[in-house]
Amino acid sequence: MADTALKLSDDVAVQITGMNKWYGSFHVLRDINITVQKGERIVICGPSGSGKSTLIRCINRLEEHQQGSIIVDGTELTSDLKNIDKVRSEVGMVFQHFNLFPHLTILENLTLAPIWVRKIPKKEAEETAMYFLNKVKIPEQAQKYPGQLSGGQQQRVAIARSLCMKPRIMLFDEPTSALDPEMIKEVLDTMIDLAKEGMTMLCVTHEMGFAQAVANRVIFMDQGQIVEQNEPKEFFSNPKSERTQLFLSQILGH
Amino acid sequence: MQFTRTEMLPPRAPPVSQSGALKWVRENLFSSWLNATLTILSGLVVYSLVKLSAPWLLHAVWNANSLSECRSVIAANFGPDAGGACWAMIRARWYQWIFGFYPPEVYWRPILNFGLLFVAMAPILFSDNLRGSVKLVGVVAALTILGLALAQGSWGLFALLSAIMLVSLAVAAWAPRYLLIATVLYPFATVWLLWGGSIWGPLLALAGFALIVPVYRALSPRFGLVVATTGGVIVASLWWFVLQGYVADALQTAIPLGIVAVESDKFGGFLLAFLIGVSSISISLPIGILLALGRQSNMVLIKALSVGFIEFVRGVPLITMLFTASLLLQYFLPPRVQFDLILRVIILVTLFSAAYNAEVVRGGLAALPKGQSEAADALGLDYWQAQRLIIMPQALKVSIPGIVSTFIGLFKDTTLVSFVGLQDPLRGITSIVRADIDWKGIYWEPYIFVAAIFFVACYGMSRYSLYLERKLGTDHR
Repeated sequence: MADTALKLSDDVAVQITGMNKWYGSFHVLRDINITVQKGERIVICGPSGSGKSTLIRCINRLEEHQQGSIIVDGTELTSDLKNIDKVRSEVGMVFQHFNLFPHLTILENLTLAPIWVRKIPKKEAEETAMYFLNKVKIPEQAQKYPGQLSGGQQQRVAIARSLCMKPRIMLFDEPTSALDPEMIKEVLDTMIDLAKEGMTMLCVTHEMGFAQAVANRVIFMDQGQIVEQNEPKEFFSNPKSERTQLFLSQILGH
Repeated sequence: MQFTRTEMLPPRAPPVSQSGALKWVRENLFSSWLNATLTILSGLVVYSLVKLSAPWLLHAVWNANSLSECRSVIAANFGPDAGGACWAMIRARWYQWIFGFYPPEVYWRPILNFGLLFVAMAPILFSDNLRGSVKLVGVVAALTILGLALAQGSWGLFALLSAIMLVSLAVAAWAPRYLLIATVLYPFATVWLLWGGSIWGPLLALAGFALIVPVYRALSPRFGLVVATTGGVIVASLWWFVLQGYVADALQTAIPLGIVAVESDKFGGFLLAFLIGVSSISISLPIGILLALGRQSNMVLIKALSVGFIEFVRGVPLITMLFTASLLLQYFLPPRVQFDLILRVIILVTLFSAAYNAEVVRGGLAALPKGQSEAADALGLDYWQAQRLIIMPQALKVSIPGIVSTFIGLFKDTTLVSFVGLQDPLRGITSIVRADIDWKGIYWEPYIFVAAIFFVACYGMSRYSLYLERKLGTDHR
């Protein structure tokens, strides 16, 4: 079993096989099977409580799964702390509420993990940080504190913070749902740029425009299971299951 | 009904209404009938307090040799019925409130030690504020040199000690990083300066810490952090409790180096209060943080131990702990080990305040959004890195008012040591002075004097905590 996984790992970024998770007696994730190729961009959507956030949080072990296997970039997630640290240093994550560190400046937010985890010299880490701040188009905010920035700017900083660790895979957990409508676009633009550069991305989002623009695949979840997955064009124009049709009519109804 | 704005309105200054003292008085003191009544009532209370205490303070006598002399001076000047403060008693006996029964010919030792306390604290209190640190060390150096000049001692000694303070100031100003050396050495210097005796004891105790490092280095690659640290501590403890005494004795006979020893029963007054207070405060915070983390741990045993300790200590009065220190603790120690009573009291007061600190810090931890530790995890920081760099700086900032309250409470609680026979400034020294035939019957003055010194120390802590909160307030909420 492990051998095949390792062989696959050359072009497979994430392989989830027969994964199950419970919160107490509540079965949140049921028999999840996903294979993500390198460079693939996947959008996960579904009604609230369908387990989509829990699913991507399992990929960097913010949540623990109880059955099945998750192999990220050739490393299987078990309770072995070394494996967990290895996976976490290769997987970047962007949260709904940004989770920037409010007691540190933007620059310190970006350099903290490279300096302490990757052991990169401070000067080099700062150069990398400025490179990515330029990339998300807010280099002038480097010396400010997160509380002084708008929501959209904070989320772009959060994306830059993840990128500073040079991750191979990026996870996005509803990155735009806490933002004002005017700020959603600036964050989505940043994500689209990232997608164009070939980053492997798993996004939990309700931004269907984003899904149509960049996703290779859309996964629809309900009640802890994958109900339907398809390429975006087919998914939106020709949804197979009734549940998906209902969901799409709800969110695209206006 | 159509409307299109062609021009955005610029912001304007607020309307200039009536201003000045009259407006302030009307708005703040007499804004309503209730407010006006309260203002007049509080005015009356303040007036009667001043009226009661003013004559007593104004008739104060500073020069007298006994309470009866004080009274006769007041009677002569202000009539037979006048009352007045007799500060002459403070003038005659102040040194006992400060030093207890510490031998006057070596007052330079506690004075120097008190000065060095601030030198040692400066790099921690003002970690990234060079000006603040230099100001603190400068003022303290000046006061310490003044104090040393007033104390007994030879000119050579005075020159040497002044040089130590001036060198500290120079280090604080030009090489602030090296001031941390003073911070590390300070506890050992304190033990030696205050208790005196052979210098080898404190030096060898310091060497015990140095023993931890090679043991840790030898064990950590093969057995990991926990075993290596435990091994180091075990070896060091063997050194401290078994070998050190013999080695120190041998060295002292070979190379006698030391100053006059002062027994613990000579300690008293604010010397004792500060010794217990400062030691317990500085040790209890790190222990409290570890207990708070232990209480949140996933490891069942560590969690149970932390909860058990915290709840037990918080459920027991401090006095009980002090009696434990004075009576029971000795039974649990190996026969040859003689723990000083002051040391035992410090240990138990430290544990007591650590439990309170743990709960205050836990409150700070609870105030942090879960996302902070998740973000730290997602970036690959390990547990201790996340605690040190992300969680604790924020949790401690939230907890500052609570922590400082604990510290202030602890500092004032040091007066409870009078119950185990130590000479605290409030009850111990005051009752000794009042037992003197010259000052028998004096009541208010000693307590006001002691209260004033406590107030200055506690108010200082409170102001520092405000400074710290302002400095750390970066979240712009």
